[in-house]
Amino acid sequence: MRYLAPTTLEDAVHMLAEDPGDCRVLAGGTDLLVRLRSGHAEPDSILDIKRINALREITGEEGGWRIGAAVSGAEMREHEGLCADWPGVVEAASLIGSTQIQGRCTIAGNLCNASPAADSVPAMVAAGAVARIAGPNGTRDVAVEDVPQGPGKTCLEKDEFVASIFLPARPEKSGDAYLRFIPRTEMDIAVVGCAVSLTLSDDGTCTAARVSLGAVAPTVILVPEAAAALEGTKVDDGALEALANACTKAANPIADKRGTVEFRTHVAGVLARRAANIALTRAGG
Amino acid sequence: MSKIHVTTKINGDPVEYLCEPDETLLDVLRDKLGMTGSKEGCGTGDCGACSVTVNGRLVCSCLVLGAEAEGTEIGTIEGMAQGEALHPLQQKFIEHAALQCGICTPGILVAAKSLLENNPDPTEEETRYWLAGNLCRCTGYDKIIRAVLDAAADMREAS
Repeated sequence: MRYLAPTTLEDAVHMLAEDPGDCRVLAGGTDLLVRLRSGHAEPDSILDIKRINALREITGEEGGWRIGAAVSGAEMREHEGLCADWPGVVEAASLIGSTQIQGRCTIAGNLCNASPAADSVPAMVAAGAVARIAGPNGTRDVAVEDVPQGPGKTCLEKDEFVASIFLPARPEKSGDAYLRFIPRTEMDIAVVGCAVSLTLSDDGTCTAARVSLGAVAPTVILVPEAAAALEGTKVDDGALEALANACTKAANPIADKRGTVEFRTHVAGVLARRAANIALTRAGG
Repeated sequence: MSKIHVTTKINGDPVEYLCEPDETLLDVLRDKLGMTGSKEGCGTGDCGACSVTVNGRLVCSCLVLGAEAEGTEIGTIEGMAQGEALHPLQQKFIEHAALQCGICTPGILVAAKSLLENNPDPTEEETRYWLAGNLCRCTGYDKIIRAVLDAAADMREAS
């Protein structure tokens, strides 16, 4: 195996495109190194993107935030501006693993690992986040919800990688939140996850919403019907009931040791209602 | 497979080594440098027994490649005591009997030191969450938490 550590994005793109074998991109490594060790991955090369300074930064852009693919969860949590604008995204990223994992794990990696239960992905989807994908033909921007194609599968070509995640400018009177259910208090994989992002008008009417569910389908899903249940309402009990029903209806989970189909389906609605209430409070509603 | 030459600093001392591209930092520390304080529990980032700091950031050394350490500063359990003088956390772990078999102890000490550097006055809840990635199958954690909080109080008083 070869270890490649380019210092510019251009070099990284070139190395990945030119590599004749199986080349894996290394950001935080909290999934890749586990896979290497277990023999589930036997790459010919590893391309470490952490020495590319531009990918290690959180930068303001058009009122929003661009998060480099090598930025760790701990670095996100320490960024005041990001925490103020997108608390739901930061709290979702902060739920991944332990303090030690937080020191390394990245939301770009969480996205590319393409687990249906990835904690940060529903929050990014609800936030309307966009992944910037770099490849030999330049960069392309893809909505985060369109990146995962199935468990462990993404829309990325072999010679592409995610260079950054863009969180758009947060409108006035907006809030987002992420909740997951796990059977313990820490260090576990979501049985169900739900993120809600919403915007209120001056009179408290919800003018825009995005709702996303994790661990209830082969990929994290955007649930437009759930958003529609909130839009145009004061996010009152009736709207929350409709939101919960839409999420329960959209859930199409598997049964496994973590939860039955019935349980996951029910919990999707419960979490949606609770996450919407938190987002509402954060929006000043 | 060609070896990679790495220059780094460990516990303040300049260190150079050659490692394989797929060798973890934990394996380098233990097998190449003879620093066997960091333990391998799970090898998958779940147990925290291999905890070290890289540029001040707490990580599992089993999930870091040796090659990634180039140009960084590593902190390990071997850098905790100053000669014969134990770190207050180490002293409190002895006083509170906060260890039994001892395999998890170096990782917990490194993690607890990192906690107190970030937050000199943590609550019990903050301490438990910070150390949630350090598994101990002997103590039941309570004595560990008490030792950390006691050390924190002493260190605040001393500073």
